[in-house]
Amino acid sequence: MSNPILDVQDISKAFGGVVALNRVSFRLHKGEVLGVIGPNGSGKTTVVNCVTGFIRVSSGKILFRGRNITNKPAHKIADMGITRTFQIMRPYYSLPAYKNLVVPLFSPRARRTGGWGGGGKLGDRETVGIDILEDIGFERDSYIPYKLASTLSTGYLKRLELARCLSLNPEVVLCDEIFSGLSMSEIASMVPLIERLQDEGVTVIMIEHRLRELFRVADRVMVLNFGEKLTEGTPEEVMANSAVQEAYFGSEDILEGLDYA
Amino acid sequence: MNRGHEYRKERLDRGIKVRSDGLYSLMSWRELSYLTLPRLILICGLLLLPVIVPGMYWQRVISIVCIYALLALSFDFLAYHLGLVCLGGAFFLGTGGYITAVLNATFGLPPVLSIPIAAIAGGLICTLLLLPCIPLRGVYFAIVTLMYPLFFDRLIVALDVLGGTDGIMGIESFPGSQAQYYVPILLVLVCLFGMRRLVNTDMGLMFRAVRDNDQAVRASGININIYKAIGVFIASAMGCLSGACLVHIYMWAGISLLALDFSILPIAATVIGGSGTLVGPVLGCFILVPISELLRAFGTLRIVFYALILVAFIVVRSEGLMVYAQRKYHQFERWVKV
Amino acid sequence: MDIIVYGIINSVSLALMALGFALIYGISRVANFAHGALYVISGFMVWSFLNTAGLNYFFSILAAMVVVGVVGALIYQFVLIRVRGMPVSEIIASYAIGLAILEGFRWWGFKGMTYTLPVFVEGGMQVMQVSVDIHRILVVVIGGAIVGVLWLFTHYTRIGLALRGMAQDERAAMMLGIDSDRMAVVSMAFGAMLAGIAAVLLLPLGNITVDAGYNVLILAIAVCVVGGLGSWMGAVLASFLIGFAQILTEVYWGAQYQMVVALLAIILTLVLRPSGIFGRQKALEERV
Repeated sequence: MSNPILDVQDISKAFGGVVALNRVSFRLHKGEVLGVIGPNGSGKTTVVNCVTGFIRVSSGKILFRGRNITNKPAHKIADMGITRTFQIMRPYYSLPAYKNLVVPLFSPRARRTGGWGGGGKLGDRETVGIDILEDIGFERDSYIPYKLASTLSTGYLKRLELARCLSLNPEVVLCDEIFSGLSMSEIASMVPLIERLQDEGVTVIMIEHRLRELFRVADRVMVLNFGEKLTEGTPEEVMANSAVQEAYFGSEDILEGLDYA
Repeated sequence: MNRGHEYRKERLDRGIKVRSDGLYSLMSWRELSYLTLPRLILICGLLLLPVIVPGMYWQRVISIVCIYALLALSFDFLAYHLGLVCLGGAFFLGTGGYITAVLNATFGLPPVLSIPIAAIAGGLICTLLLLPCIPLRGVYFAIVTLMYPLFFDRLIVALDVLGGTDGIMGIESFPGSQAQYYVPILLVLVCLFGMRRLVNTDMGLMFRAVRDNDQAVRASGININIYKAIGVFIASAMGCLSGACLVHIYMWAGISLLALDFSILPIAATVIGGSGTLVGPVLGCFILVPISELLRAFGTLRIVFYALILVAFIVVRSEGLMVYAQRKYHQFERWVKV
Repeated sequence: MDIIVYGIINSVSLALMALGFALIYGISRVANFAHGALYVISGFMVWSFLNTAGLNYFFSILAAMVVVGVVGALIYQFVLIRVRGMPVSEIIASYAIGLAILEGFRWWGFKGMTYTLPVFVEGGMQVMQVSVDIHRILVVVIGGAIVGVLWLFTHYTRIGLALRGMAQDERAAMMLGIDSDRMAVVSMAFGAMLAGIAAVLLLPLGNITVDAGYNVLILAIAVCVVGGLGSWMGAVLASFLIGFAQILTEVYWGAQYQMVVALLAIILTLVLRPSGIFGRQKALEERV
């Protein structure tokens, strides 16, 4: 197999005395979708924070295309093409939705690479912003792209989060619970987006509680529990693993759990 | 207000606001004047002030008002367009003041040179000194900036440099009284409209993004500390500019340049005038400073007075006068039955 | 020897000044910048009860404590409650109140004539071959006792535990039926009283001046910032750090550097480690 695009080796993170991550390793190849599941407080978001440089790891190594990116500043990591969404959505509340995208399009990386679907050339940033929004499910001719971000609904905010990542023309996207808080139909419209990302060769890490949708898009799934990696494998393997059932669902039947998820 | 539950207040944009939004406003005098009148009144009013007000004393007060207005503008820009609440405006003012004092008194540079040099060099020095604090957020940045002027105040006294407690004397005044009145006013106008321009450029957009949500800006591969540093440079250069003018008006520079007055009054003016509007802080200064001058006979009572006004505004009308006025100008309100 | 004895005295004085500030911040997360004003008010109250109303020393102290506690509670109830949750507005509002009180005192004729409080016990004694006033010894003893009592109070009484609960997680405390605003009022009153106790203990060693208010505020912030905002034990340890640093610079460089040391401590701590030397680090909250 070719070299992994992202190689996380034995990262640990302790907050004071609390161990949030304990020697977690995983590898990702180009175009893969890795799902990360685990109970609340199992360190999923910490993985995202560590990989994207938002918090420093206590030990371990993170390699991106063979280059060591451990504990680099967040903006440098993002500049290399590793972007993330935030679990608590963080739009620029005082700006309209399309202007939210002008900010990332103003970044060095977007100007270098031309932004999402820009083909290496970045035109008028506001138009490009609206193009990306349309791509991701904002109705172009409606007033929604022009609404203030503070008045958008959760569904659109989640899309806006994803759009912010895409406008950087990323190589790796880390999605922190982009399905949570969405209705079934909203999720259904987001799933093809993830699949399209995969088709275009973008590597995706998805942290998710909605197992049904996650298992549909993920190539592999990693299970975390109390900061430790429990197992990793294809969705079917993970579902069959009794240790996972124990940790994630208690003693309940996993399929029953799936229905609730 | 007490019309029962079945009514609510509705606010609608005035027709003329909507009509004058686009390029077509150039077609009608009414719409054109709707847009330009407030600005023209502000500009003409400011320029005419030295002619209108009676006597030297009040003309001088106008100059002082402009000094404070520049400081308030710098506070407003930093706090509400960049998200850095800087409680140490006196630090900017003092740096600019001392630099121009040294340039003028020691090296004999005329005010024409010493003021711009003090603004640029002072801005650079302030930015360099604040650089380690730039990553700090909220309260931490506020406390640390509050401490800067106090620290340099005590340091100058303790080391007995820059004239120590006596200060630096023998500084040239502005050439001619007209220059003394008009230079600060013109500076305020230039800075005010310059800042309004700036916040609408791409750079201004980045500043606002940093204020709204610094983490997302980082996640977009942008180094926010660069933008924060640029913002601090712009604000501190404005503060230094005001300090340089003040020193040339007073013909003296001393540790009172670092006094808390210069930190707290601009904040009060910003809160009263309307935070984030840029015009508001300037108008706030035109309200507060003359009143505090009138109270000068009562000594420190004027500090009590504007501290209390500040508290009252924070508690009762935190939006400020300018936001209120803008709303009245652009919208009408009515009670509608629900 | 001088350095050690006076270092300890200075450190305990600093701890006393800072405890009120630390308590209020620790419980209600309000940075009470009116702290210095409360300190001066209590000194002035004791003086006026003593000299104008003619009460005896003990009762005037008691009355002053009550007054300053009420003032603290009123400041919260009428002003700070309106800007709760906006830390910077809280700072500006409380600072403006403090400024109004202090400058009001100055205007009211709190200058020229010197206002002093009598020491508790006259005379001096030898401690480790250094002669010290008995009052300074009392400061150390009572200061230590207050720290101890506070610790016991917050660990073993109902209201103390409620206060600690709120300090740790305000929302969880609210869900458990602790009224966070009432607790914040109580904490403001307590903090104001602690400022008052500090004033009563420390002011007899010098004059009551308006500038003392500003200095106390700076010193209290220095101690709390170095110790880590919100950490009470950190504040006590930090007061020893700054206390000895001040005495050392005073001995080797000169008294005018005392405040410079405190201010430098604040700036350096905030720049290098905003959560303070002994505070728990919350990397994402304080820095970008």
